Amino acid sequence: MQIILSNSSPEPIYGQIVRQIRDLIIGGVLTPGQSLPSIRQLAKDLQISVITTKRAYEELEKEGLIDSVMGKGSFVSGASPEFLREQRLRLLEGKIAEVLQESRSLQMTFDELVAHMRFVLEEMEETAE
Amino acid sequence: MNDSCIEVRNVTKRYSRFALEEITLNVKQGYITGLVGANGAGKSSLIKLLMGMSLPLAGEVRLFGEPLAKKEAELKERIGYVADDSHFYEHLSIHAMKSIYAPFYRKWDDRLFRRYLDRFGLSPKALIRSLSKGMKMKLALAFALSHQAELLIMDEPTAGLDPVFRRELLDILAELMLDERHTILFSTHITTDLDRVADYIAFLHQGRLVFHQSKEEIFDRYAVVRAENSLLDADVRRSFVGIRETPVGFEALTSDREEAERLFSGFARIERATLEDIMFFTAKGVPVHG
Repeated sequence: MQIILSNSSPEPIYGQIVRQIRDLIIGGVLTPGQSLPSIRQLAKDLQISVITTKRAYEELEKEGLIDSVMGKGSFVSGASPEFLREQRLRLLEGKIAEVLQESRSLQMTFDELVAHMRFVLEEMEETAE
Repeated sequence: MNDSCIEVRNVTKRYSRFALEEITLNVKQGYITGLVGANGAGKSSLIKLLMGMSLPLAGEVRLFGEPLAKKEAELKERIGYVADDSHFYEHLSIHAMKSIYAPFYRKWDDRLFRRYLDRFGLSPKALIRSLSKGMKMKLALAFALSHQAELLIMDEPTAGLDPVFRRELLDILAELMLDERHTILFSTHITTDLDRVADYIAFLHQGRLVFHQSKEEIFDRYAVVRAENSLLDADVRRSFVGIRETPVGFEALTSDREEAERLFSGFARIERATLEDIMFFTAKGVPVHG
């Protein structure tokens, strides 16, 4: 498991950890049942505070992505593929919201945005060929 | 059992030109607590009280749940202490100093001490007066860590150290925290040391405790707001902890990030505050006591 923290990002450290572990789980790099480093070990390796790491793990637990067993540590939960898909959809929704916000500040109408998305898609397909 | 390793209860200590007033502070076991404040804020005075090197005028200090005043020697065996300047005999070698120091501790671990000397590149034969400031600090740390202390108290350990050893020290602290029975309290005015590694921050200003909170809470709550001067009216001013105004705009610290985001949305840059920002603006904003 690799976690790369940015000091200059406006995103708080615990949020960076949550996002990166979530991506690793949803992307299938971390598989159900796999154990995560202990809170104190991860804090030491990243040279961040124990409370920050604890907060990240608690957040991941709340999202149902990991389970923590007293005295044994934390594991990737055995969530179903549908559940993980739902999580990914939620992430996608967040990104769509960002795009919508940006298009609003550019004063694009919704139809213009859709047309623009089609244009970008065509470009992507062309470069893929 | 409670989980406080250090309890300071309503402690007051007065000197001729300075006083610590009614400090109450619980330092949690298993975490790193940073004691911050400007020079002269009372950090060292507070640490001296914790170490029994000075006695409070009023109030009480308890360590590991026991009153310090009653069981000082016994409790101190469980503390590793690093002073802000070298308190070793300058004319002795490291080895000779150790022969004096070690018998004070029942749990002195000579092998561990030698391992730390090795790690820090210190020779037992070296005379203490020949050591640089940084090396003396390393030596103090080696002494403090070699008797299985559960609590490490350090007064400005990073002052005067080069960045390489500062990082190394933070590494050692992080290693100690792998064991949840360990507790670390250290004072510093170099807040970047604490921005990452500290769990709790206690902030002293002019002899008073301004806040003591987890760093996560602090960073959630505080933010720096930068915007045009035209946004400043009396109410807005009052809502800030401190303001720095210039002809080209203002910069202010808020302790209610959500409210500031609601109030200024789109009209101001609202960014994460560093501990340095918090210290600076609080010092500017808090009225000066006599």
